[in-house]
Amino acid sequence: MESDFVTTMLLTFKLASITTGILLLIGIPLASFLVFSKIRFKSIIETIVSMPLVLPPSVLGFYLLLAFSPASAIGSFLTEHGIRLAFSFEGLVVGSVLFSLPFMVHPIQSALSQVPLSIIEASYTLGKSKIETMVKVVLPTIRHGLISGIVLAFAHTVGEFGVILMIGGNIPGETRVASIAIYDEVESLNYAMAHQYALTLFAVTFAILLLVYTLNKKSLGGIR
Amino acid sequence: MITVNITKHLDTAEGALNAVFELEIHDGEFLTLFGPSGAGKTTLMRLIAGLETPDSGLIEVDGEVWFDSHKKINLPPQKRSIGFVFQDYALFPTMSVRENLLFAAETAQQRRNVDELLELIELTNLAHRLPNTLSGGQKQRVALGRALVRHPKILLLDEPLSALDPSMRQKLQDELSLIHSRLGVTTLLVSHDISETVKLSDRLAAIELGRIKRICTPMEFFSPHTLSGKLQLIGEVLKIEEDYPVVIVTLLVGSSVVRTVLSSGEASELSVGGHAIISTKAFNPILIPLP
Repeated sequence: MESDFVTTMLLTFKLASITTGILLLIGIPLASFLVFSKIRFKSIIETIVSMPLVLPPSVLGFYLLLAFSPASAIGSFLTEHGIRLAFSFEGLVVGSVLFSLPFMVHPIQSALSQVPLSIIEASYTLGKSKIETMVKVVLPTIRHGLISGIVLAFAHTVGEFGVILMIGGNIPGETRVASIAIYDEVESLNYAMAHQYALTLFAVTFAILLLVYTLNKKSLGGIR
Repeated sequence: MITVNITKHLDTAEGALNAVFELEIHDGEFLTLFGPSGAGKTTLMRLIAGLETPDSGLIEVDGEVWFDSHKKINLPPQKRSIGFVFQDYALFPTMSVRENLLFAAETAQQRRNVDELLELIELTNLAHRLPNTLSGGQKQRVALGRALVRHPKILLLDEPLSALDPSMRQKLQDELSLIHSRLGVTTLLVSHDISETVKLSDRLAAIELGRIKRICTPMEFFSPHTLSGKLQLIGEVLKIEEDYPVVIVTLLVGSSVVRTVLSSGEASELSVGGHAIISTKAFNPILIPLP
């Protein structure tokens, strides 16, 4: 029973870490595109990114499940290449990335939109390329947005329930994460175990947020 | 020698206009772009810097082509030897004063010269500070120092002093003048401040509605009749009052308010907020020594 708990918690944080990492890689270019691009269909892309905020998780989960099934075009293509996303850990990662996308993109997007264009231009006039400007000037300037995005995406993935239940099910060691485990334990009237999961999530979430706020306060100090 | 001969379609607050800029800037010269806001001064500066692209024409600096619409040459700002000082300073907020300057340095020699530059802009003691802990004048000096690190062929100053209070403005004008004579870098300044323009520039290019109307010395521009034995002052019209049969005009000259009487015919060309030259015969002035 005890090792079941450890396995589930490890799986939960593994899922959240991988999801957050992927989201960070997608989120920075996507947010830059949404802030700096002038193409006409931008609001459509913006809407798609924000959809998971209002869409019931079961809706996204349902469509993902249909897409992953070997009967669909995507699913059969994936099956041919030996990838099985339905009821697997990889499937959970895909679902989580989609579902937590706005939580990573929005903070970065709002931080980027506040970066004065003149500091980017100043960097160009000092001979620095677009990439060097991004890495050395823009990203350090929006670090608070990046930290918010990382924390929100991580916490949101840890707390995710509906999408995971739809596409992952409840396979111990493969797709059974903490939030599902709590539901499962309560259903079998195993309150002690449910408490153990719930309290751990509560403590970990509190600790992460506390750390972020403390760090943010320190780095806002100015003089160094 | 810098040759500019370009056109650019502009959308201004007063409507669209086709700007045509023809200009030659001599080596080591301090040239001011003077004119009302919306005339295209800043745009010309940004076109030279490569931050905006002309519709057609040529920009050539010391024989090197920066822009040529016929040969389809358009160097990006990174490849142009410029130092740009922005109106809002545009300092990198996460870097200290020294790091802001070091960021600009490309060669080991330029890195070594950073300390010398910090000395020149009197910021050695504040080198470790972050920009948001500095005053406006200090920030402006950092921006100026950073623009000079790479020894640019042309220094572009976009209303660098407009956000400062008058005393700090004067001090920085003096410093700017000193730095220009020390380093001899060709400098282009955007300004609509008369005293700043007279004090700093060798020549002035008067820009109106996207055209360069006139290029001359600041004195020729602001005081065209200085040899006629008259005392001339430039003032801003504050109030025009009809008091039949005359008109009383109130002007702000420097920091003092002056009232003068005109005929209604003479006053008809004046408008409140506009500028006028007050001219008086200088052979019989009343001079009272101050205690």
